[in-house]
Amino acid sequence: MTAGQITAIQPVQEGQDQAGAGPFGPKPRRISAGRIGLYAFLVVAALFFLIPVYIMIVTSLKGMPEIRLGHLFNLPGEPTFQPWADAWLHACTGRDCNGLSPGFYNSVKITLPSVVISIICASVNGYALTFWPYRGANLLFGLLVFGAFVPYQVVIYPLIIGLSSVGLFASLPGIIIVHTIFGMPILTLLFRNFYAAIPVELFKAARVDGAGFWRIFFHIMLPMSVPITVVAVILQVTGIWNDFLFGIVFAGRPNWPMTVQLNNIVNTTTGVREYNVNMAATILTAAVPLIIYFVSGRWFVRGIAAGAVKG
Amino acid sequence: MAQNGTSVSIQDLSLSFGAISVLHTLNLDVAEGEFIVLLGPSGCGKSTLLNCIAGLLDISEGRIFIKGKNVTWEEPKDRGIGMVFQSYALYPQMTVERNLSFGLRVAGLPKEEIDKRIARAAEILQIEPLLQRKPSALSGGQRQRVAIGRALVRDVDVFLFDEPLSNLDAKLRAELRVEIKLLHRKLQNTMIYVTHDQIEAMTLADRIAVMKGGVIQQLDAPQTIYNRPVNRFVAGFLGSPAMNFIDGRLEKVGSDWQFAFEDVRIPLATYAFEKEPTPGPAVFGMRPEHVAFNSGAGWPFTTTANVEVVEPMGSDTLVWLKLGKQNFTVRVTSERTPNNADTVSIGFDPMRASLFDAQTGNRL
Repeated sequence: MTAGQITAIQPVQEGQDQAGAGPFGPKPRRISAGRIGLYAFLVVAALFFLIPVYIMIVTSLKGMPEIRLGHLFNLPGEPTFQPWADAWLHACTGRDCNGLSPGFYNSVKITLPSVVISIICASVNGYALTFWPYRGANLLFGLLVFGAFVPYQVVIYPLIIGLSSVGLFASLPGIIIVHTIFGMPILTLLFRNFYAAIPVELFKAARVDGAGFWRIFFHIMLPMSVPITVVAVILQVTGIWNDFLFGIVFAGRPNWPMTVQLNNIVNTTTGVREYNVNMAATILTAAVPLIIYFVSGRWFVRGIAAGAVKG
Repeated sequence: MAQNGTSVSIQDLSLSFGAISVLHTLNLDVAEGEFIVLLGPSGCGKSTLLNCIAGLLDISEGRIFIKGKNVTWEEPKDRGIGMVFQSYALYPQMTVERNLSFGLRVAGLPKEEIDKRIARAAEILQIEPLLQRKPSALSGGQRQRVAIGRALVRDVDVFLFDEPLSNLDAKLRAELRVEIKLLHRKLQNTMIYVTHDQIEAMTLADRIAVMKGGVIQQLDAPQTIYNRPVNRFVAGFLGSPAMNFIDGRLEKVGSDWQFAFEDVRIPLATYAFEKEPTPGPAVFGMRPEHVAFNSGAGWPFTTTANVEVVEPMGSDTLVWLKLGKQNFTVRVTSERTPNNADTVSIGFDPMRASLFDAQTGNRL
């Protein structure tokens, strides 16, 4: 190579001169058999779990004559949204034929206050347990954690007796109280562990600055708690929305949540079994938790990454 | 109770967590405007003591006075203290300005007063351009400056520092150390400063309290602590490289004392004993920089030793010697660096030595 032949390739050749045939530069990406196997498994698994969703969606868009043909996997020949409208407005639950919509509003009326109240209580609990340890605080925390392992069925009967003795059985406040109580162990654990990871010096600095219990909570701890609160909201909304047992026992007939209504629609035995309506109703009921997951997924990551105390 | 001119007075303070006793009947008087450093290894109770003074820990026994007022049971905010923490402890969701003003807003001060104090603190600490930033957008040194500012705006009598520089890198630490010293000169406040860094202690303190096991071992001016440590722990804790310790015996020869180990005899005619000693086992301590090197005669004690290792450190060089079978380090200027395995002559004046009882470790 003469001096006049300087090209873009030259640095590479120089590198080879210096280091012989040894490797240099970025490591090349290799696709190994293990990787291919891994991705193949993941794709197959994802498809396997998507099959029921696919069948539900296509069935809900078919008319009954088409369903009777029995081609489960076929796309709908004449797509119709009538089953969705029926599911929402006209499907029969026992004698009433108002569809799922009353159940939806009931579920909202149960879920919203339950989520808000349980998260407020749990965050105060976690904050107090972490930063204001009082006599017996550890015992109380131990009992709360123990409570997370108590099977629900065990406490249903005592709860019925207790709530009916104060006149709250089979009422909206009753079911809200039940959800709040059962959310307490896991949520308190969640908030306590989150606050335990905050440097105690932050709390001490606020004390030196003269802030008291509530001021430290509202001005310093709560603004830092957004990530864990989002996690708690996701847990509670999905948990309470999906609940069937407490709803049917404690809510009372006028307040039955969507899950109970769905069960009644699907299990109604008079007349023809409308698979398309059932499918649409099921998707509608599952839509709220699904949306929550899709919308809040990135918040999980952000919640873990957030933290501006040290750096 | 407290005398005039006493800023912080701690009387018979004890603290125990259950069965574990952390501080034992501790007494400490801090003069007005004094810079006291609590120095000790981790777990010695120095941060605990600071938290007690701040009112962040409830004490088991004793009393605490600040400015002559018994604050033993007072809330932290009512004690007239400001505190700076190792992890800065800035409120992450607030801007620097809100961080500084938080305590003042809690106290319900009028807006003009708050603005005035923030402006003053920001000027002193040169953080005016940072006021609208969040702590996450600040560097470590800036954060610690804001943390100091938060104590500054409170307009308090006593500043408490809990290892404020430990999270910073070496260069920033040196810079901020000087700034804290300047700040103290400017404000003339009482400052109580906890650290495990002996250089911070030596450079900043008017007096150092060396602590171990919840007990103050020695409370004195830095030079006194350095030159006349009261016991072997204090002697070994201060100084880098550490003081040389040689185990041997104290003997009386005629009317003079000498220190004997192996076949070496060190005359102690120039050493100032605390009280009349008795013959027996003792420990001889000598700081590496108090040993003269290859300088010929003229010293009360001279000997030769073999060079084991030479550690050049730039400004000076550390030479590891074998004195008989004992390790002995000497600090020399870089120009006089010997080679490995040389035999060199060293000399020192026992006046600069420290002798300790072999059993109790107390200074003789």
